Amino acid sequence: MKAKVRLFARLGELAGTREAEVEVGEGLTAGEVYQALCRRYPALRGLNSSIRYAVNGEYAEPGRAVGEGDEVALIPPVSGGANAV
Amino acid sequence: MLFEITTAVLDPQRLIDHVRKDESGAVALFSGVVRNETHGRRVLYLEYDAYPEMAERVMREIAEEAMTRWPITDVAVQHRTGRLEIGETSLLIAVSAPHRKEAFEACHALVDKFKEVVPVWKKEVWEGGEEWIEGEAVRHE
Repeated sequence: MKAKVRLFARLGELAGTREAEVEVGEGLTAGEVYQALCRRYPALRGLNSSIRYAVNGEYAEPGRAVGEGDEVALIPPVSGGANAV
Repeated sequence: MLFEITTAVLDPQRLIDHVRKDESGAVALFSGVVRNETHGRRVLYLEYDAYPEMAERVMREIAEEAMTRWPITDVAVQHRTGRLEIGETSLLIAVSAPHRKEAFEACHALVDKFKEVVPVWKKEVWEGGEEWIEGEAVRHE
């Protein structure tokens, strides 16, 4: 029972990977998926307050249940557009 | 409507042609362009990352919401990713409407909303360093 995780921008660089798989067993929350990744990639620790989650491409609360085959994205604060336009 | 995350050079005329309808008297076009400095620091180039599938979906949601708020006729958005040099265009938002006021207002609101929620990130690269720029963190309740 695995979920796919995608890491973007700074999070991808800190982890050294943009994709990972996490064992979800009987089910984890999105926040617990982040905790599991922190154990594997300690550089990700301490970012809990700024990360948003998306499950299957839609923003989700940290308490959102994640099951097999779901795609969880760790979303740092977004900064699209040009410089500070 | 058109929503695209692409590594290709952006083409404003294509967006203008896409949103223009026979009932449109105005097309407002916003171009976000890479500038050579931020907070007094000389920027060499920018690098953009995105979650493309989600970004395109979120852009569509924002545009659909705008279509219900303003009498506009169409919206098209493109964001470029990868390495962008000074002067290159990173973001294009085109809005057509029967009249200019709605086109300007909706385009302005779309730019602001876009920068809050669309999953796109930029890294500034300057001499001797680089940094992922992060917007305002949205706090979890």
